[in-house]
Amino acid sequence: MSVIYILLAISISVAVIFFAAFVISVRKGQYDDTYTPSVRMLFEDELVKEGREEDSETNKNNE
Amino acid sequence: MADGSCYHCGDRCGRGGTQFDGKDFCCNGCRTVYEIFTSHGLSNFYELEAKAGSVPLEVERKYDFLDNSDIVERLLEFDGEGIQIIGLSIPSIHCSSCIWVLENLNRLHPSIRSSQVDFPKKTLRVTYGSDGFSLKELVILLARIGYAPDISLKEFDKKEGRVDRSLIQRLGVAGFAFGNVMMLSFPEYLEAEEFWLDQYKWAFRWLIFALSLPVLLYSAQVFFVSAYKGLRSKVLNMDVPIALGILALFLRSTVDIVFDFGSGYFDSLTGLVFFLLLGKFFQQQTYAFLSFERDYKSYFPIAVTRLTREGKEEQVQVYQVEPGDRILIRNREIIPMDCMLISGDAQIDYSFVTGESDAVQKHSGDKLFAGGKQLGGVMEVVALKSVSQSHLTQLWGNSVFSKDKASSFQTLTDGIGKRFTLAVLTIALGSSLYWLFHSPATAVHVFTSVLIIACPCAIALAAPFTLGNMLRIFGRHGLYLKNATVLERMAKVDTAIFDKTGTLTGSGKDAISYEGMELTQQETDLLKTTLRGSNHPLSRSLYDLLEANEIQVLDDFQEHTGMGVEGRMDQHTIKAGSASYVGREGGAASSLTEVYVSANENLKGRFVFKNPYREGLGDLFDSLGKDMELGILSGDNDGERKQLEQLLPEGTRMLFNQRPEDKLEYIKELQDKRQVLMVGDGLNDAGALAQSDVGIAVSEDINVFSPACDGILDASKLSLLPKFVHLSRKSIQLIKISFVLSLCYNVIGLSFAVTGRLEPVIAAILMPLSSISIVLFATMATRLLGRGILGAKT
Repeated sequence: MSVIYILLAISISVAVIFFAAFVISVRKGQYDDTYTPSVRMLFEDELVKEGREEDSETNKNNE
Repeated sequence: MADGSCYHCGDRCGRGGTQFDGKDFCCNGCRTVYEIFTSHGLSNFYELEAKAGSVPLEVERKYDFLDNSDIVERLLEFDGEGIQIIGLSIPSIHCSSCIWVLENLNRLHPSIRSSQVDFPKKTLRVTYGSDGFSLKELVILLARIGYAPDISLKEFDKKEGRVDRSLIQRLGVAGFAFGNVMMLSFPEYLEAEEFWLDQYKWAFRWLIFALSLPVLLYSAQVFFVSAYKGLRSKVLNMDVPIALGILALFLRSTVDIVFDFGSGYFDSLTGLVFFLLLGKFFQQQTYAFLSFERDYKSYFPIAVTRLTREGKEEQVQVYQVEPGDRILIRNREIIPMDCMLISGDAQIDYSFVTGESDAVQKHSGDKLFAGGKQLGGVMEVVALKSVSQSHLTQLWGNSVFSKDKASSFQTLTDGIGKRFTLAVLTIALGSSLYWLFHSPATAVHVFTSVLIIACPCAIALAAPFTLGNMLRIFGRHGLYLKNATVLERMAKVDTAIFDKTGTLTGSGKDAISYEGMELTQQETDLLKTTLRGSNHPLSRSLYDLLEANEIQVLDDFQEHTGMGVEGRMDQHTIKAGSASYVGREGGAASSLTEVYVSANENLKGRFVFKNPYREGLGDLFDSLGKDMELGILSGDNDGERKQLEQLLPEGTRMLFNQRPEDKLEYIKELQDKRQVLMVGDGLNDAGALAQSDVGIAVSEDINVFSPACDGILDASKLSLLPKFVHLSRKSIQLIKISFVLSLCYNVIGLSFAVTGRLEPVIAAILMPLSSISIVLFATMATRLLGRGILGAKT
């Protein structure tokens, strides 16, 4: 049953790694604004090339 | 002419509407923004949210002060290697389309590298190349698409402040420790007499100890510091029993594991700290986009245009203006210091300072005071005093602004805390004394058990969660309070004082009434057609008011500025304007705005523009008057006394022509015997708002205007005020019920402690149970209360 020492050590280390990640993310300011990222991730990335071509077409039509 | 709603901003397209690209727009501004967006590939803006645009403001020379490099340097966050970073406050951010277009700003100009929006704070951070592109150009670009940044003296003076993230970090540490300690404590809960448990329990116990140490030293620091401060000023606040409990827990548990008396109560310790910090975190909610601390600096410009000796214009910081400097002040700019008018058309709106909303015409040689807004064109003035010595800023130097209302108010929780501590100590001493005679060993055991289990956490959680929830509910219904103590103070008020102009009266469409001979339909048609050609604000209001069948074509139209308009068609003439213009002799000078009308040179009557009172005032005063005394303090003249007397209960005191200092003094006097709630709107009320127990500012556009106060109320929700006060009183009752609930838990726990049978597992069950149930109760009860009194709101 002395394997329990190893198990404890591993589980605590994994937990500590996650905790460190939490502290780093707070320090970096990721928790300063919790609302905007939720909106931002719903924006669609438009394919830049096609977008530009489409727009130049629209512009031509307008003229 | 287009009719319908604007594709860009959603406003009604009345006069001035245009069409473009098959869509309607209410004005050229909106149309221009649409063109800018579509030509740069940003038409997704309209797909995310329809009609989400803001009307762009006319930029003109408003941002000239950004030519001054000193000013720019102070505003920038970063400047170097050809790159500049600026943080801008943009009040008109209000939806996802705004976020989208502002984060795609790089499509509007190649020099813009990236931009990020912070929606709750309504700020934008832009990184751009400084070669060939300047801050001023960026700001003008933003203003042109409807997102004008708000750059005022306040941002200019702001010192670099580090964001305080400590509460989240402490909460994280406590939560991490709590979860792991609970898990590691499990073996010893089960109490199975297993051999291996005996062998390995040391590992578990010391691990638990190691995890609890940071909780004690870091997370719980908040409570120790607060308890110490309280004791030093001889106040027994709520943090004293909490600190006591935490200390007792830690010491007792350490002793237990060192001498193998038991497994210790570390699980309760970490759980206690975690829940308490959660309560603090919940209560810390602020409305980041609203500032409750605004003073005159938020409205003053950073720089003014000064004329040098040679007559050239230069931009100087407003603080550098000295007496004797010649300054140019333009349309819609605020006068930053006391000065004397030299030349120019000066029509000054002093509503910031006195509350009088009518513009005052000033002449060369007249003295002008700081805080007035110029409504005429450009005027030249000579400064008489520097900004800091002007009258308005002196008002802000009053000591009432440095007083902290929260610290001198004893909250309900602190009141209970005092009695709680004394009761717990008494029980602890009493029961341990009892055991000393019967079994000395258990005496110490019992003493610490009582301190541990007498859980102040339920009491300490009741107020934050109840009040925190209530703050949110208030916010959803239009009243934004500064913090939870304002709610508690609100429950105690027994007097309500109102300012008149801007608070009780709205600044929206004036109520127009007609007196005189009725106009025939034909005359009305002709009048409306005539008014159409005039851009005067009174003409436009009248135009919207009149019902006409047809718009006709006039044979002749004339507008005489300052006097009136005249229209002729088919031998019928109609004239609308001032009394003298229309031919009325010797009209008595009236304090009301009037437009006289004559048809075919016969005086028919006049339209009277009255300052309308907001809707629901009668009911508002009725409900408030039931259990509170009311009063009116106004900077205006007493022309409206009769009208107010009709709305208010009998015998209400009304004082007019009050200067800001008078209002402050009056409130001070009242406070000798009463708790005062003051409702005002302008900077001129700021002193009174700060002096009163609860000061609420009424605002038509909460982003734009909010002086120093305890709460901001959306103008359209003024009639809900009695309900808000009623709710705040109910919240206090709710907290008291929660206290009773927690008392039950304490009684159960104490019965275990006093008899010496407090096992760690019992403590570990009772504490989270009581905390969670109180939190749930507070949350659900406030939600039900809010829904019942204010109604549901999405």
